[in-house]
Amino acid sequence: MRIAVDYDLCQGHGVCESEAPAVFTVPKTGQVTLRHETPPDDERERVETAVKYCPTHALTIVED
Amino acid sequence: MSTTAELRQPHEVSGGDTDQGHLEELRHDPIGLMRRVSEECGEVGSFRLAGCSVVLLTGAEVNETFFRASKDELNQAEAYPFMTPIFGKGVVFDAPPERRAEMLHNQSLKDRYMRGHAQKIAAEVDGMIARWADAGEIDLLDFFAELTIYTSSACLIGKKFRNELDRRFADLYHDLERGTDALAYVDPYAPIESFRRRDAARAGLVELVEKIMARRTAGPPATDEDRDLLDVLMSVPAEGGDPRFTADEVTGIFISMMFAGHHTTSGTAAWTLIELLRHPDVMRDVVAELDALYAEDPEVSYQALREMPLLESAIKEALRLHPPLILLMRVAKQPIDAGGYRIEPGTMVATSPAVSNRLATDFADPDAFVPSRYLEPRRDDLENPWTWIPFGAGKHRCVGAAFATMQLKAIFSVLLRGWTFDLAQPPDTYRNDHSKMVVQLQQPCAARYRVRER
Repeated sequence: MRIAVDYDLCQGHGVCESEAPAVFTVPKTGQVTLRHETPPDDERERVETAVKYCPTHALTIVED
Repeated sequence: MSTTAELRQPHEVSGGDTDQGHLEELRHDPIGLMRRVSEECGEVGSFRLAGCSVVLLTGAEVNETFFRASKDELNQAEAYPFMTPIFGKGVVFDAPPERRAEMLHNQSLKDRYMRGHAQKIAAEVDGMIARWADAGEIDLLDFFAELTIYTSSACLIGKKFRNELDRRFADLYHDLERGTDALAYVDPYAPIESFRRRDAARAGLVELVEKIMARRTAGPPATDEDRDLLDVLMSVPAEGGDPRFTADEVTGIFISMMFAGHHTTSGTAAWTLIELLRHPDVMRDVVAELDALYAEDPEVSYQALREMPLLESAIKEALRLHPPLILLMRVAKQPIDAGGYRIEPGTMVATSPAVSNRLATDFADPDAFVPSRYLEPRRDDLENPWTWIPFGAGKHRCVGAAFATMQLKAIFSVLLRGWTFDLAQPPDTYRNDHSKMVVQLQQPCAARYRVRER
């Protein structure tokens, strides 16, 4: 599993960080950064929730 | 973007034969005007406001160009001259939109704050309905406009400030919103009644804020937890040590913070209720969804608010049919190629959620209220990211969209579990007043409520 971010869409709301703090960090001002571009499988459920609830639909999971 | 000379010039729509061009039509029937542009001219056409040409874009391809443009190509700050007298000179549009979005974000729209907002909103609805008898009638505009003054001030500025407001603040705020006549494109200070009331309302709001500030000076917050945004702004020093912000500036900051989320949310709440009452089958399913969801735990929590697809679809459909902003504007700073047409620097460029949201090419049965179009597998909103645009799209997409949706769900979680409603007028008499750039429900717009027997 790999995470792709559309930086034209991300507004830094931080929903992903709330859902999966081990994978996403969102600074006080600015856009998301990934701690792991290819997070371990035990993060999958949390990452899927983050993708689902991202308010700007900026995240996608890419299965390589 | 291409700047080749072969690009065509946009056609101007019919009408507009006076000096003021299409201004009078924009002031009375803006949606009719914009539909005609799209019918006569296609994806790219223009109308004229006095000496200024406005190029209207309609459709997925040109809308994408509009929403993906950088601020150096299409600038937002100069496109809304009717807002300057409302916010006050120098308060907001000194900052670029990105910076404004950042500022708002920091305060309160971040996810971590959102979790606390849900309960605050439910408490404000409880406060409003505490005045109700077992049955009665409300004016939908008055009710939701007052409620959303309280919710937005409580969430964006602070509960403490909210508790110092009453109906007077809501009434003055309404006069500000009514002061958005499109005549502002010619002269924002023209001697007309709505502008006079707008300026009086702003002065009235400054007076209310001044009094609140005087009380804060007399009794400063005891602890850090007791500080809200007003205390923070009052404590910022200027270079000489005096307070940095005057009451006028603080008022301007608060007006601008609340503006984007006020009439928009208020109108959408009213339209969601009206459409649900026009479609009793949808209402029945939405109420059943809420009853089931809150059966175990009646608390309006952040998590509960995520799990209501039927209510969420009804809100989305109300937004599609009745978008609170009908015209999104920019000013071209460079030559722009949109769909094979050349747009000259200095021209105003626009797209219309009211027109795009109902394109028959993208939305089956476009004028009908069909919330199921958002459920799997259709997902009409995600399928049409550049034409399903009640919140705009791309870079400039409304930063408050998630907050607004959460707020509307919280409002209906309280209202529909405790009360039943019905329309107090024939269903087709509810409509928007389009005589101002800020669209509001036209009065009368009454509904009846009755306490629910469970």
